[in-house]
Parts: sequence; C-alpha cells; structure tokens
Amino acid sequence: MDLYRDEILDHYKNPHNFGELPDPKVSYEEYNPLCGDRVVLQLKIENGKLKEVKFTGEGCAISIASASMLTDYLVGKDIAELKSLPGKKVLEVLGLSNIAAGRLKCALLPFEALKKSLAKLS
Amino acid sequence: MFDVNKIREDFPILKRKINGHDLVYLDNAATSQKPKAVIEAVADFYENHNANVHRGVHTLSEEATQMYEEARVRVAKFINARLPSEIIFVRNSTEALNLIVWSRGKAHLKKGDEILLSEMEHHSNLVPWQLLAKEVGAVLKFISFDENGELEISNLKSQFSNRTKVVSVVHVSNSLGTINPIKEMTKLAHEVGAIVVVDAAQSVPHMKVDVQSLGCDFLAFSGHKMLGPMGIGVLYGRQELLEVMPPFLSGGDMIRSVTINDATWNEVPYKFEAGTPNVAGAVGLSAAIGYLANLGMDNVRQHEIKLTDYALKKLSVIPGLKVLGPLDAQKRGGVIAFTLKGTHPHDLASVLDGEGIAVRSGHHCTMPVHLRLGIPASTRASFYIYNTKEEVDKLVDGLEKAKRLLTK
Repeated sequence: MDLYRDEILDHYKNPHNFGELPDPKVSYEEYNPLCGDRVVLQLKIENGKLKEVKFTGEGCAISIASASMLTDYLVGKDIAELKSLPGKKVLEVLGLSNIAAGRLKCALLPFEALKKSLAKLS
Repeated sequence: MFDVNKIREDFPILKRKINGHDLVYLDNAATSQKPKAVIEAVADFYENHNANVHRGVHTLSEEATQMYEEARVRVAKFINARLPSEIIFVRNSTEALNLIVWSRGKAHLKKGDEILLSEMEHHSNLVPWQLLAKEVGAVLKFISFDENGELEISNLKSQFSNRTKVVSVVHVSNSLGTINPIKEMTKLAHEVGAIVVVDAAQSVPHMKVDVQSLGCDFLAFSGHKMLGPMGIGVLYGRQELLEVMPPFLSGGDMIRSVTINDATWNEVPYKFEAGTPNVAGAVGLSAAIGYLANLGMDNVRQHEIKLTDYALKKLSVIPGLKVLGPLDAQKRGGVIAFTLKGTHPHDLASVLDGEGIAVRSGHHCTMPVHLRLGIPASTRASFYIYNTKEEVDKLVDGLEKAKRLLTK
C-alpha cells in the first residue's frame, strides 16, 4: 500500500531528528485532541537560516514519519523561505500528495507546528 | 427465515470493490447500508408521488400526506408506542435529543435542579445538556461505569435527589457496546418524579425495543443506522408530556393560527415538525422497518450475538489487543471498540481500508469514555444483518497484517 510504503514505515520506526535541543530559539507544541497526535517542534536559527531542528511527541505512523521527513527537509533552509512554504510542497516532500482527506491532518500536523513556531518568531 | 447470503443480495453496495478487495463493511454503528427495498421506496416517492404534505388538496399532496402518515403509524407499531402522534419525525437522534433539551428541559429546569446522565453518553446526549445546565444553572451528575464498562447502578438510588428532574441515558453504548438496564433505571427515576430520556440510536436498529415495556418518557433514534435514509430520525414522547411542551423550531406547519403579533400551536406531533418535513426519508424509513420486521428483530439480535461472540473470541487471542466494554456478547450490542498495543487507530483503519475493510477510528463521539480509559482513540468494528463470520476472519487477518507492518 502506498500510504505505508517502506520509506514511511522506516521514518516511523526510526525517526530522524527525534529529541530535544538544549537551547532552542523557538519551540511549539501542536496537538490534535481528536486522535491524540502530538508533536513538539524545536528550532535553532542562525543567520536567518534554520540551523537545527528536533521533535518529540507521539501519534500515528503518518504524523511521526511526517515529522521525521519534514525536519530532514527543513535543515539549512532560509527562515524567510520557510515562512511561505505551502502545505502542498510539504505533501510532495513526504510523497503523500494523494493522501486521503481523512488522513491529511495527520500528515500536516508537524507542518502546522512549523507554521506556528515561525509565527512566534515575528 | 434469517439467511445472510440472501440478505446480502438485497444490498447493492456489498458488490463494490474497495482497493481491489470485496467490501467488508464494519462501520454500521456510524451508518448502515441500504437494501434495494429502501432505495426503491425513496425513488418511487420522487418518481410517482412527490408533493408537499398537509397543505394541499390535490391528488399528489394527498398521496404524499398518506405515505408520510403511514410511515408514522409503522414507526409507532415498531417500537410499540400507544399512538402514532407520539412519533415526531426529526433529522436524527441528535436533533431529537436537542428537541427534548430545549423544549421540555428549558421549560422545566431551574437553578439547582439536577440532570443525571451516564459517563458513557455520546456527545449528542451530553453537550446539549451541558449548554442547558449552563444557561439555567442546573447541575449535571453522572452515573459511572465499572472496569467491565457496565453502569454502576447498585448505588443508583443514592444519586437521585428531590432535585433530580431528568435522567438521560444511552440504551446501547456506541463505544463500549454495553446494554444498559433502562427498565430498572426508569422505575427508580419515576419514583423521584424524574423524566427518563433514552438515546436508542444503537438499540432500535439491532433489537426489539418496546417503549411501553421500558417505561421511558422519551426515546430518540436515527433512521440511517437501521437501513433507512440519512436525514430522518424519530423522537418518541409520551402524548401527555408532548402536549404541554413548548415548540422547539417554529414556522410553517406547526401552527394553528397566526396573527401579525401572535400564534397558537398545532396539535401533537405537528407542533414539533416545523417546515417541510423529510417525506421521502420517512417513506424510506418505513420501508426499512418493513424489511427489519420481516426478518424479525429477535433474529437480528441473535445473528449479532453470534457474530459478536465469534469476534470477541477471535480478537481476544491477538496479543496486545484490548476490547473496550463487557466481554459477554449477551451483555453488549454488536459494537466492538478496541486498542492494539503499538498501533495507532488511524493507522489500523488505513491498513484495513487497503484490504477493503471499513472500520472507524477515533473517539466515536465519546471523548469522555476515552479520557476515562486513558486512551486518545480506539478502533471500532460494528456489525449488522449482512455481516458474516468470514468477514470477521478478514478483520482478524487485516489486524495481523497491520501489526506486522506497524509494530516497531
């Protein structure tokens, strides 16, 4: 099945960037009470670029794999550029552009945390 | 004669392939599928009889009115109401419960009065009471459930006081599956003069429900969970109570006369049916009841007990799987919610969907039940007349597959 391809399952079982930063510039917790998915995102920023990013939390395979893959993608990007990152692009990065509407929230939960983290910066 | 294979032929949707597999529909607690008889009854209404009811004298309007009122009579007989006028057509159980809360509840409840609910209520029998309690200053009290998911009614008497005005409880829980002892609870409630409201959304479709035997004052259910169309539901209420209740929604059809400054109300049940009703929905529900009555509700219940018993046995041997609610099929409806260690309900439901199996994941509109159990969500399989043991086996195989994929 496409939704649970090996790449997604690998990121779910062994998530990248899982953990906490000692000195985050900004941190944000996004929670979906409907299913209990929770992602805490921590960002470290240097010279207008995202230097380092970590996440913790729990949830379904899609939300955790999404946090893992999204955080991989974010490192080194310009903050200004990330502020206008569209959700559509995130789904492309995740390889989940055709995800069913019912699972969209799971896939975009870490992205919501990112948007709100960046909003806290300004 | 209850022949599942024959029943399945009556449901066109069961021929559908989902992701390359035969559809295994196990989301019946959310909504049931529809037999040809219901689909055709709705089509026949629109093709041959469509007109607005009550206000016309032309032939079609009289036919539509007659069909609508025949549906009311059929519903009344199905739940053994004394009179057809005790049947009010609404959209669904939620609207029926809101009608009670905002008509009877708002007119009768005062500051300090008590509303007794259970901890296992669907949000539709909880949130409207919360709003009313806030508005009038009434107090919500809750009957708890034990570790088996059964209501703790041994000390029920101690929860009543002379301020208890309403007891509103679910007949069959849509997440725990528990069948609650409504008859006993009604007897106790009536001793202190409280009225009893029953959320029967998960009972009327699946077992014989007799409102006179239960003794309840009001009972709510939805047509779409019992083979009928969406958008038609029923509130049963005792005639003498309905007669003194103020209207809920107002406008056309529910009035006797209107002057520019005032209005008087039509008789029961029309006082509560403002605007053009869902006539096709009522006609479809009538056909659904005809279908169920032909099978026999006792046979429907026996079929579901057998399936539930089989499913409970098969599921309980899956390591890490925990069923919510009572483990005795006699004590529960055909609703089995569960958790599977190391897997999230949404992932389970998605993997099962890949196998053509429709289940529900989430909190099933019973967040307080899940909070009480300390889980964010669960996966729920729920059965109806067309489900088979082979489908339960497919569910179990699907769960094994999901476990292999998802467990770390």
